[in-house]
Amino acid sequence: MAAYTADLVDFDEALERYDPVLGFEVHVELNTRTKMFSDAPNAFGDVPNSNVTPVDLGLPGVLPVVNKTAVEYSIMLGLALNCQIAESCRFARKNYFYPDTPKNFQTSQYDEPIAHDGYLDIELADGEVFRVEIERAHMEEDAGKLTHMGGAAGRIQGADFSLVDYNRAGVPLVEIVTKPITGAGKRAPELAKAYVGAIREIVKALGISDARMERGNVRCDANVSLMPKGATKFGTRSETKNVNSLRAVEHAVRHEIQRHAAVLDSGEAIVQETRHWHEDTRTTTSGRPKSDADDYRYFPEPDLLPIVTNEAWIEEIRARLPEPPAERRKRLQADWGYSDAEFRDVVNAGLMDAIEETIAAGATPAVARKWWMGEISRLAKNADVEPTDLGATPATIIELDSLIQGKKINDKIARQVLEHVIAGEGTPGEIVEKRGLAVVNDDSALGEAIDAAMAEMPGVVEKIKGGKLQAVGALIGPVMKATRGQADAARVRELVLEKLGIEG
Amino acid sequence: MSAISREDVAHLARLAHIEMSGAELERMTGELDAIVDAIASVSEAAGDDVPATSHPIPLHNVMREDVVGATLTPEQALQNAPDAEDNRFKVPAILDGE
Amino acid sequence: MSEIIKLSATELAKKLRAGEVTAVEAVQAHLDRIAEIDGGDRGLNAFLHVNADEALAVAAEVDEIRAAGGTEAEALHPLAGVPIAIKDLIVTVGQPTTAASKMLEGWMSPYDATVIEKIRAARMPMLGKTNLDEFAMGSSTEHSAYGITRNPWDLGRIPGGSGGGSAAAVAGFEAPLALGTDTGGSIRQPGAVTGTVGVKPTYGGVSRYGAIAMASSLDQIGPVTRTVLDAAYLHELIGGHDPKDSTSLNEPVPALVDAAKQGLTGDLSGVRVGIVKELTGEGYQAGVQERFNESVEVLKAAGAEIVEVSCPNFKYALGAYYLIMPSEVSSNLAKFDGVRYGQRVLPEEGPLTIERVMGATRAAGFGDEVKRRIILGTYALSAGYYDAYYGSAQKVRTLIQRDFDAAFEQADVLVSPTSPNVAFEFGAKSDDPLAMYLNDVATIPANMAGIPGISVPGGLSEGLPVGIQFLAPAREDARLYRVGAALEKLLEDSWGGPLIDQAPELAAATTGGAA
Repeated sequence: MAAYTADLVDFDEALERYDPVLGFEVHVELNTRTKMFSDAPNAFGDVPNSNVTPVDLGLPGVLPVVNKTAVEYSIMLGLALNCQIAESCRFARKNYFYPDTPKNFQTSQYDEPIAHDGYLDIELADGEVFRVEIERAHMEEDAGKLTHMGGAAGRIQGADFSLVDYNRAGVPLVEIVTKPITGAGKRAPELAKAYVGAIREIVKALGISDARMERGNVRCDANVSLMPKGATKFGTRSETKNVNSLRAVEHAVRHEIQRHAAVLDSGEAIVQETRHWHEDTRTTTSGRPKSDADDYRYFPEPDLLPIVTNEAWIEEIRARLPEPPAERRKRLQADWGYSDAEFRDVVNAGLMDAIEETIAAGATPAVARKWWMGEISRLAKNADVEPTDLGATPATIIELDSLIQGKKINDKIARQVLEHVIAGEGTPGEIVEKRGLAVVNDDSALGEAIDAAMAEMPGVVEKIKGGKLQAVGALIGPVMKATRGQADAARVRELVLEKLGIEG
Repeated sequence: MSAISREDVAHLARLAHIEMSGAELERMTGELDAIVDAIASVSEAAGDDVPATSHPIPLHNVMREDVVGATLTPEQALQNAPDAEDNRFKVPAILDGE
Repeated sequence: MSEIIKLSATELAKKLRAGEVTAVEAVQAHLDRIAEIDGGDRGLNAFLHVNADEALAVAAEVDEIRAAGGTEAEALHPLAGVPIAIKDLIVTVGQPTTAASKMLEGWMSPYDATVIEKIRAARMPMLGKTNLDEFAMGSSTEHSAYGITRNPWDLGRIPGGSGGGSAAAVAGFEAPLALGTDTGGSIRQPGAVTGTVGVKPTYGGVSRYGAIAMASSLDQIGPVTRTVLDAAYLHELIGGHDPKDSTSLNEPVPALVDAAKQGLTGDLSGVRVGIVKELTGEGYQAGVQERFNESVEVLKAAGAEIVEVSCPNFKYALGAYYLIMPSEVSSNLAKFDGVRYGQRVLPEEGPLTIERVMGATRAAGFGDEVKRRIILGTYALSAGYYDAYYGSAQKVRTLIQRDFDAAFEQADVLVSPTSPNVAFEFGAKSDDPLAMYLNDVATIPANMAGIPGISVPGGLSEGLPVGIQFLAPAREDARLYRVGAALEKLLEDSWGGPLIDQAPELAAATTGGAA
């Protein structure tokens, strides 16, 4: 392993001498009810080897049958990636032995993918749009899950034995393969992150994947190579496997650029190999070099038949597509009138959907943003949960706002009411009622509190009479205290001045 | 086209995950060479204009609805396992420990 | 020998319905016959597993239902209570399935093949599992990990293969019916050399779900019987669409029994029978050729119009078959690795890694012929050779289909000898894989094109059975039954009874035992 570990060249320096070429293979797990080729449930985290049929275990005699929904989801994704949908495509067997692969071949697509030749426009942080060309998107099946035992920290190296759970075996996957991406330069790491983020956003918007990278629903293999600046012939690439968060994609690409530059600078050649990403050290280590053992002996899967599409079927599927996420964002920002900064914060906080729902339920864009980005986000952070998982709904916000508008409560009380809502005490209205939190509008009750305060602070009263109107503030505190915060400060001021016969 | 060497057979045996002794490799090389010789004419039989047939009866779009069916229990799944632990199949180390 | 076991399935079914014989008696008679002639040094060894308890229990259920009468009795399948033997390549709950390989010794399937579900639904008692060449790879049943099966006509000769066990069981009156699988002739060629009837249905006509795959695009399950009519009944039962097999035809099963009955009238007026020029003459034993010529005369006498057709690309069929079949084999048999089921063998020395365990398991678990085909298939699919080998073979497949299309323009069915030779002696071809492969030269084209084929007894050569093969276009299995039944009837008329009656009595290891 040490042989492949090189010093790193400073990133900016590396890019003075080299142009990076990127390529991505992103695997998306589809959230169909059943697996790609069997009717076992496609479910995460159950008892090991419980979501399996004889087909998923590769028992002798079994045969696969294609899941129609998985095919339609794949077509949806192909359309969303602006791909051509193949008139006819078929499955192939990719032959290799590995204990997580029950048949010792993976059923995939080889020379005839379901979708090909598309593109995705990626918007970078500064608004620049970078077009990534998609070579193909093809259907295949996931492998089982191996757990390495006896070695250090579940690593394959040094493990004594491994345990295999085939629940995930056969889960439908779409693999999206880009064409080589040139011209990203220094923005390569940023582009990498944005590209994978965009794929994640699309499959989520399409509703075809749970799209949770931490669960492996979206997995990225990142190919990186460098060529001397101005060259046109691509260098040898490394393939960093299973980079499973957006931040890791960015770091892995950056790291590989720096490592490649160091190797090339030293006059050595890059080894074409797979590399493993280590989140803890933010480095890659050498995996397996390409060898003649990578002869997968693809051939058409004889147990499955071609998928033939037609215009009517594709159009029917196209009609189901939601608005593309990038277009939707543009539309919503314009509709809501948020500034670029405000909108970016909303997107980054993952609250676009929640705000959209809240506005649809009747809130103004300003009110929706105020609550979701303000108090709800603060409470969520304290509770260490997602804001949308806190228990506040669009209805909560609309009711709180209408209580404020009706001067039933003030802002401060409203925030208290929200906490009670989250604690499960009821709706805002019920809580205000139950806890007696309504603003004290009864002038006689207020009058008593004001009289008491003025009697206690004759000096202040004198100052006011002398024309120092701002001294009223000193009386408001004690009045608020006496009414347990439920007085309307503006009203208190009016009443004080009225009592003293002063024009406000 | 043929002339299969012993090294070729050793490579194929590795790809196929079948351990073979030297004597076995030797014998297999001779047999394979003869067989490949006998069937080599196939590669000249058809011109480029002839399409390949992968399925004897052409069908397409054979698909099932996305409806969950019966599964095996973990006990059934593991009933024939050479080795198992904790509801999972147990296999020796993937990598050589050295 | 009990008279019950001499009955055809159709005759036995009739007696069961009439109450002349009980299903338990029928099953017991066959179990007795198996006990008598199957074991021992000179036994047939057709069975790898005998399923006596379950078979008797199913038979008893049928008898109870019949005795009770009423709608349930009326709803019984015509073959209810008629025992059947199952090739041990087809998975069964409650009985081991080995594929005649050490790899699967003791393996118990947690699921039934679709054909087995149909056998159970018809309440046919399963007598047990029959021997075969390991994973159905062979033409002699000499490649079984559990010993050879003997030909009831001559215990020193092979019963054909791979389905030698099913054919010998039926020829030896151990079972009236059996299931086989046919990838390149494994039902028809054993049928030919044991004097029985074997049918390979149209590809997709019978579900493959639960038949351990050898070559997925060639395999078909089919009936092994002593009469054409019996085969038609069994074929109608096991045929039909199965959503678990994507290659299964979504069409009703043709009226095969009706076709066989029509054939039994002996009239073939208006039927055009094509002799395939390339499947006669050179390479075919003289005795085989003589019986074939006689059969053609019989067909002509029955009113058939005989034409000669040419299928020039058949000369490539064997070569293409020996590229496509091993390629699919190399992939289909990859799953046998000692991880999930079956035997696991540890390497004798060196580090214990899964890769080495797989290598040792597959080295010890597979026999030579299986290894040979896996290596050949790995070669044909490997980088740099795919186009020349696998790709070319698939094109040959197209050429063979075109030859058949042209031939079926001129003829309704084609006819040829099933096998170029009669049963040979054990060991005669074991050391020469190529000579062994030539046994299937006449049967392979049907698998390559997916069309149906039948082998019916055509007489004897030097005291050993010769088979006559008919081929029909895809989905036209019914034609085979009509023509096959007609030839069967007319030949039996000339012989004065079924060919199998001329088989020698088998010496019993133990005497008596008849029901």
